[in-house]
Amino acid sequence: MLATVLTAQPVPPADKLSAPAIDYGAIMPVLIVLGAACVGVLVEAFLPKHQRWPVQVVLSLATLAGAGIAMAVYLGDESTPKNGVITLAGTLAVDRPALFLWGTLLVLTLGALLLIADRSVEPGGAFVAEAAIRPGTIQDRAQVAGTGMQTEVFPLTLFALGGMMVFTSANDLLTMFIALEVLSLPLYLMCGLARRRRLLSQEAAVKYFLLGAFASAFFLYGLALLYGYAGSVKLADISNAAAGTDRSDALLFGGLGLLVVGLLFKASVGPFHTWTPDVYQGAPTPITAFMAACTKVAAFGGMLRVLQVGFESTSWEWRGVLWGVAIVSMVIGAVLGLTQTDVKRMIAYSSIAHAGFLLIGSIALTDQGLSGTLFYLLTYGFTTLAAFGVISLVRNADGEATHLSQWAGLAKRSPVTAAVFTFILLALAGIPLTSGFVGKFVIFSAALQDGMAPLVVIALIASAVAAFFYLRVIVLMYFSEPAADGPSVTVPGAFTTASITLGVIATLVLGVLPAFALDWAGSGTFAFQ
Amino acid sequence: MAGAAWLVVAFPLLGALILLVGGKRTNAWGHLLGCATIAASFVYGLILFFSTTGQEEAARTSEVSLFSWIPVDQLQVDFGLRIDPLSITFLLLITGVGFLIHVYSIGYMAHEPGENDRRRFFGYFNLFVAAMLILVLGNGFVTLYLGWEGVGLASYLLIGWYTDRPSAATAAKKAFLMNRVGDVGLAIAIFIMFKVVGSTQYTAVFDGVANGAFSSGELVALTLLLLLGACGKSGQFPLQAWLPDAMEGPTPVSALIHAATMVTAGVYLIARSNPIYTASPDGRLVVVIIGAVTLVIGCVIGCAYDDIKKVLAYSTVSQIGYMILAVGLGPFGYALGIMHLLTHGFFKAGLFLGAGSVMHAMNDEVDMRKYGGLARIMPVTFVTFGLGYLALIGVPPFSGFFSKDAIIEAALGQDETWRAWVFGGAALLGAALTAFYMTRLVLMTFFGEKRWKDIKSSDGREFHPHESPSVMTIPMIVLAVGSVGAGAFFAIGDTFTEWLAPTVGVLEESHHHVIPHAVVPWLTVGLSLLGVLLAWLFVGRKRVPLSKPEPVPFPVRAARADLYGNHFNELLIARPGTWLTRALVYIDNKWVDGLVNGTAALLGGSSGRLRRAQTGFVRSYALSMLGGSILLIAALLAVRFA
Repeated sequence: MLATVLTAQPVPPADKLSAPAIDYGAIMPVLIVLGAACVGVLVEAFLPKHQRWPVQVVLSLATLAGAGIAMAVYLGDESTPKNGVITLAGTLAVDRPALFLWGTLLVLTLGALLLIADRSVEPGGAFVAEAAIRPGTIQDRAQVAGTGMQTEVFPLTLFALGGMMVFTSANDLLTMFIALEVLSLPLYLMCGLARRRRLLSQEAAVKYFLLGAFASAFFLYGLALLYGYAGSVKLADISNAAAGTDRSDALLFGGLGLLVVGLLFKASVGPFHTWTPDVYQGAPTPITAFMAACTKVAAFGGMLRVLQVGFESTSWEWRGVLWGVAIVSMVIGAVLGLTQTDVKRMIAYSSIAHAGFLLIGSIALTDQGLSGTLFYLLTYGFTTLAAFGVISLVRNADGEATHLSQWAGLAKRSPVTAAVFTFILLALAGIPLTSGFVGKFVIFSAALQDGMAPLVVIALIASAVAAFFYLRVIVLMYFSEPAADGPSVTVPGAFTTASITLGVIATLVLGVLPAFALDWAGSGTFAFQ
Repeated sequence: MAGAAWLVVAFPLLGALILLVGGKRTNAWGHLLGCATIAASFVYGLILFFSTTGQEEAARTSEVSLFSWIPVDQLQVDFGLRIDPLSITFLLLITGVGFLIHVYSIGYMAHEPGENDRRRFFGYFNLFVAAMLILVLGNGFVTLYLGWEGVGLASYLLIGWYTDRPSAATAAKKAFLMNRVGDVGLAIAIFIMFKVVGSTQYTAVFDGVANGAFSSGELVALTLLLLLGACGKSGQFPLQAWLPDAMEGPTPVSALIHAATMVTAGVYLIARSNPIYTASPDGRLVVVIIGAVTLVIGCVIGCAYDDIKKVLAYSTVSQIGYMILAVGLGPFGYALGIMHLLTHGFFKAGLFLGAGSVMHAMNDEVDMRKYGGLARIMPVTFVTFGLGYLALIGVPPFSGFFSKDAIIEAALGQDETWRAWVFGGAALLGAALTAFYMTRLVLMTFFGEKRWKDIKSSDGREFHPHESPSVMTIPMIVLAVGSVGAGAFFAIGDTFTEWLAPTVGVLEESHHHVIPHAVVPWLTVGLSLLGVLLAWLFVGRKRVPLSKPEPVPFPVRAARADLYGNHFNELLIARPGTWLTRALVYIDNKWVDGLVNGTAALLGGSSGRLRRAQTGFVRSYALSMLGGSILLIAALLAVRFA
């Protein structure tokens, strides 16, 4: 399939082949992240074991800082065009939404990296060194006693981050597909790295991989059909073709449907969500935090671009169908969340419901819909990051105590942890003075303005139903007697504390003073070329 | 000078903050700080008074805008102060009398059992004064409402001061709830103002009234709703029942609530809203009726009680009735009502402090049947109380005479003859009854045999009455001076009414008299003396039995039962309310809960069933994805080609 697409391009004579112009300033953050990932691999290969952890941590944090600085420099440059640049022969579009998403991804990855790097909560880190090592064995104890932890996870994280950044700014579908694979493959691996509950973790990785491959196939098939329709994989060309040709719309809508399925899978929107609870539960909690926050951002970033750049002109035909998908996702997330007994699975279903809300924002094809969805991604990322950070703290002898019955009466033992988690749950439920409220408010008002009132009503009902299971946890923590052999709350080290603090403060600040972030999110629209 | 007027509010507010937050560290000097903040506000008030009093009429009113308080879309409420003769009058009354009561409280509260109690008491007291100052100094109805609610809160805390007495808790709750009834009226009135003129500042609303922005129906609604608010705060019929119960608080609280602050808020509200009331004669008629009814029932019930504080409380109810009657007369009476409020502030505060002094001497006993012959033992209390008594019953030249007689004259001077007879007659009757019950009180307390000699108080101690310490008597002496001289000072030469003219308009004089002008003062004084005489005949001549005489004729029984005011409330409001609540609880349990539980069960059930789809097998997950994809693509194509 790939070969067909490539050979269909007219091949220029060798002597006239010229390198495409590259705006290095614009894509510098991506280059830094991917370059550092390669350096990380070299570090793994050449440094002695005990030096790897500090080097990898410093390298990763420096990478994020460097990418952030490169982005700030690019944004601060007077000559930077306001409406974005298309570079690398039209494959990457660095426009305001892409930059906003890059910034979001960088800060959220920072939070996730802090969780990943933490060794205080779980001595020896949360990651296994070799697939065959089971908890409690000699090798496992050696990891606890040793100085390092398994550190390949750092370059893997950076590769995934690089893929996500390219994914959100890909201007043609082929680049988008490759970015999708770049971001997915490290994630499949990282899901299987949990040191505790090995089987659950490996099962999650295999499931994620199989279903992910299935979804990628859908995506690629859709891509092929769309190429057949438009004769190009560029989003702008597809849009132009849809506006003014008499070619078969079966190709167009068949292609769109398959493409969207691939995206919906990554975004864990129902009914393509089935992997989410199992993977969230099985993956090491820091990885779950990374996935839940960043994959969502990348997937919806790609979705926004595809829908708003490539298919805006045909929105009449597809929007009703995506209404249905949003409703299904919200209902599945809210209703199934009610009967969950595992806190990680509960947050997974919460993320499915949130994906429904985000989809509402994505199909409101207005500037407000775009900025609202971007803002929602930012707020949801921080909140969910902090949520998994707190979950990683409540432990018993077997590792994390994720069964809800073990959380009963937590407030009596550890009032601060319970208060922080309460605040996070209130944010997920969308209570005022948290960022969750502002996010829902901007998305729903954008949807109302774009004539989607019935959808908003359903979304509000779904929020109310979902609020029930969030509040149930709060009631459980505050008004139940603690179990006699209940879990203890680990006192977190500096890294985890910093990560949770980052998430909670962002949730509060974006809830109380959202204006500045909303302004950034609304500072420009997608480049169309 | 007016620019820094926020200091007046800030002093007591800061005092309250320090005393309530500072905790034990402030125990030693807390009461002194409490007095000092009020004194500072009083001094600043005096400065304001002297800096404005000599100026042109227009220059005596100024507005100080402090900050934008509630900026929400069209609702723009600025927090500002209005300095004009009316607010300065109240400022001086509240801080002046309030300061004396604060000083008195140092002595009165010295023996509180808890080590923190006196400091906390002064914290609440300062909060009370601060709220009252916000109420009278604000430049809009929302600011007024802030103070209004603040006063309600502080009064709740103070009435319920004795936390070990269930009756105090009940009284505090009752006061709070009955005040809420009035507050609803005030709140709705503010909503109407905002709806019609889009602002709640006094100037904007009154301009709206002058420009005819309000329809006559809206004006009547406003007058009635504001009156409802005033009735709640000032203990007017039919919301008077909380006021006597509020005597459960310490006596300085009674003095502060019933003389200088809370109960005067209703009169202030009507006087402040004078442009609205001037524009609505129908509304004013209702005000006059409420005032007349209240003043009579207050007097009647006052005749029947043996509890010294409750007699004074009903006396307050009836005197506020006079003020409401006066302000209901419109331009003929606004200034008179405020003048009576001022003189009443002095003598009623003095009377309460005197009653507190007696109680202090008598082991906190309030039953006058156990008093008697205290005049020799407590000379200072007797003299100051006596001067307040003479002022209250309106003996010339004491202050009450000037202010009350002016109201009676104005009531008798109404244009419509029936009104003049009915309301003037009620005011005259009230004067006679006031003289009766107050004389009865003085006779039972200070004269006759010493009935306390052979009995013990309820806590088993013997009575050893003594004069109170000077920290308590000096405020009483100062207030007694006010009771004697204030009336003449204000009334002779119309100084006070002219001073108030920029706010409430020039006082009009009626030229229509059902009783010749010159006869009225004689008639008033004559009726009062008749009341004194009757009291002597019924009470002073005879032995006072230690227990209430039974059986008694129906009028006395009714008066002892508060003229069935509580029964009335119970029957008309509480019981239907209970029934309604029960009905709603029934509906809630049977229908609403059924619906809610049904929904929850439905959601839970479907959740359980849906959960089974999450089998854990990759093949079924892939199948659901495939199914979803087929549906999605089919739907897309169907939408396009259908």
